[in-house]
Amino acid sequence: MITFTEVSSLAVAVQLIVTIFKLRAPGMSLNRLPVFAWSQLVTSFMVVFAMPGVMIVSSALISDRLVTTHFFDTNAGGDALLFQHLFWFFGHPEVYIIFLPATGMVSMIVATFARRPIFGYPAVVTSLVATAFLAFGLWVHHMFVTGIAQLGASFFTAASMMVAIPSGVQIFCWIATLWEGRIVYRTPLLFCLGFIVVFVIGGLSGVMVASVPIDTQVHDTYFVVAHFHYVLIGGAVFPLFGGLYYWFPKITGRMLSERAGRWNFWLLFVGFNLTFFPMHWLGLAGMPRRVYTYPAGLGWGDANLLATIGAFLIGVSVLLFLVNVLMSLRQGETAPDNPWHAGTLEWATSSPPFVCNFPEIPIVPGPEPLWEERGERKLAYGLRGDVREVLVTHLVDATPDHRYTFPDPSIWPLLAALATTALFIGSIFTPWAIPIGAVPVAVTLIGWFWPKTPADEPEA
Amino acid sequence: MLALAGCGGIQSATNPGGRGADAIYGLWSVFLVVCAVVWLLVMAALVWAMLRRRARHPMALAPELDSDPNTKRRLRRTVELATVATLVILLGLTGATYGVVSKIFPVHPRTDLTIELTGHRWWWEARYELPGTSASVVTANEIHLPVGADVTFVLRSDDVIHSLWVPNLDGKTDLIPGQTNTLTVRADRPATYRGQCAEFCGLQHAYMGLFVVAESPPKFDQWLETQRRPAPPPDNPDVRHGLDVFMANCASCHRVRGTGATATVGPDLTHVASRATIAAGRLPNTPGNLGGWVADAQQQKPGVLMPPMRLPPADLQSVLHYLGTLR
Ligand code: HEC
Ligand SMILES: [Cu+2]
Ligand SMILES: [Cu+2]
Repeated sequence: MITFTEVSSLAVAVQLIVTIFKLRAPGMSLNRLPVFAWSQLVTSFMVVFAMPGVMIVSSALISDRLVTTHFFDTNAGGDALLFQHLFWFFGHPEVYIIFLPATGMVSMIVATFARRPIFGYPAVVTSLVATAFLAFGLWVHHMFVTGIAQLGASFFTAASMMVAIPSGVQIFCWIATLWEGRIVYRTPLLFCLGFIVVFVIGGLSGVMVASVPIDTQVHDTYFVVAHFHYVLIGGAVFPLFGGLYYWFPKITGRMLSERAGRWNFWLLFVGFNLTFFPMHWLGLAGMPRRVYTYPAGLGWGDANLLATIGAFLIGVSVLLFLVNVLMSLRQGETAPDNPWHAGTLEWATSSPPFVCNFPEIPIVPGPEPLWEERGERKLAYGLRGDVREVLVTHLVDATPDHRYTFPDPSIWPLLAALATTALFIGSIFTPWAIPIGAVPVAVTLIGWFWPKTPADEPEA
Repeated sequence: MLALAGCGGIQSATNPGGRGADAIYGLWSVFLVVCAVVWLLVMAALVWAMLRRRARHPMALAPELDSDPNTKRRLRRTVELATVATLVILLGLTGATYGVVSKIFPVHPRTDLTIELTGHRWWWEARYELPGTSASVVTANEIHLPVGADVTFVLRSDDVIHSLWVPNLDGKTDLIPGQTNTLTVRADRPATYRGQCAEFCGLQHAYMGLFVVAESPPKFDQWLETQRRPAPPPDNPDVRHGLDVFMANCASCHRVRGTGATATVGPDLTHVASRATIAAGRLPNTPGNLGGWVADAQQQKPGVLMPPMRLPPADLQSVLHYLGTLR
């Protein structure tokens, strides 16, 4: 099943990479690519390199269970730690796979609400790429207490410390943007400010756990639970909420309620800190993770009570968000094309956008095209309207390369996906699902890729 | 030692009582101060940025595309400086880390006493090597060690991955099937600490505790001498009946040295009455608790690998009396 989701995320990653590389609007050279698109590009590359690790490990595990291989069975000469190595070789990059797109959102939102382009665009993009590279050299810091050699551990300590630098650079750039700008406070920005407050704590506790001696105390305790919620809820969920408030009008054509949004933010901010901050202390005070209960008298009760109260506040906050979404969908204010007077291209099309995104392809004059074009929009003409023709552009400077006709809608990809689903779900129960399930997959793939006779092709 | 209530800090990294925990607590304090200062500085910068051009700006405010080149240069210098400062701080913290690593993980640790500790679901088996003999002392869930001695734990697992964590003494180390890890600790003063399995190991991971009793060397030697002795033979008919019940119902899993019970599925019970708790720290070792445990261990520790023993009340009483003699 895990292998299944990995296969699908690989497919998405490849699709995103190709789209970002080849299907940009003319003029959107790489140095004008919005930071969010950069973050998606970098993330997709990470997916391509990280996912195979977990695909191998989950396949090996299911073979151990279904066809009695012995990858991880120590009684038969297998190796229990092999699982951890392979898992974390995926698992560590994975946390950046979650985090980097969120930083992309923050860069977009901060620029819009500071009313000026992001400070240090090249530094921000370089940080994204640097994080992606460093992310693959850190996995052993999840295994400091498994008895690995200290020399190796020292290397991973240093590498884990250094990954704080690109994140630091991004934070400095956001603060610099705000410092230079004239800030308009709206819900999306509130979530980004909350993100900075919370994420810096998570980053600093990350520096603590990167240190082998400290990690031997706090590993697998509530301290680590606190740390990764500060970086994942703080680092990804806060920006995600910001992103939802920011792009909701574009996606649905309706504004979310600003008043509910502020309540949503403050409840989450207070509830989150109330829940997770005491856990730092709990971990140091000796509470291990993954326990369903603990003996009375170790002094952990009060902090756990606070955490529970905080968790309810988070619950209320999320419920409020859901109510906000449902109410706004029905009777929210209608959204104009560009409710935030933002600078990037998505705000040039209608809210919600056309199926084809843009009826006419705009030409991009700079990193914030809507701020730079000052009223006059140049469009690219010459694509056919009667077939699904798109403009393919050059990788670096996005100059037009050639026209390309997308294939007509077809049922085969859906059938192939369904056949793949059946194979993987079946493999949970019986190994026979793989040889038998491979047949429909093969048939649907052949159907999908069956060569079209020239008569079917539109004339060039 | 059982009065858990009130004994704040008997399982806490912030109350170090051993060499490793001490060094780590010192390092942690340095990190805490540095990180707190860094956080405050970043927050100050953020607040300044928010206050600098404050006004109720409308959303439609025209964006500023360029800025004053002088301000830009200054801002850039500041961001560069902050980045370099980050690097320097991180290098400093890495250096401090390496210093402590070389102290608490010496390449050739000294060893005065070796304890083989084996993890089981969900209890700990401790075997003391006795110098000069091939004999060894086996006990469970309560580890005694002499203060001031370098004690090396040889860590193994019988089933799944567990992790030994006695925060007052040192950081944790995993017990991994098919692999042998070691951890050398030194307790600095007499005290009793609680530890706990720190790697999820199944249903009763939460109740896989242990106690470590650090005591003066003479007291430790005395303890070891007691633990060495086999169980005394029954001295009255009731206890003798208890032994018979034990042999019939419990010997398939438990060992009592000096009797025919030699199984090692469950903890060695040769000196169970000398221990302060039963069931891996789950319950204080009182007659009532012991009776409840033997009758139905599942009540106290659901899923535990000891089945409920449905004994006639008289037999249960006798076996409890017998266990009471195993001091
Ligand atoms: C199927 C095997 C099995 C049988 C039979 C069995 N036990 Fe146990 N016993 C265990 C296991 C396993 C544990 C460890 C449980 C834990 O703490 O997770 C245990 C723990 C105990 C303990 C606690 C030891 C300590 O120091 O923590 C006592 C006392 C005990 N058993 C007594 C008995 C008696 C008395 C009988 C017979 C009436 C009995 N057991 C029968 C498996 C067994
Ligand atoms: Cu365990
Ligand atoms: Cu455990």
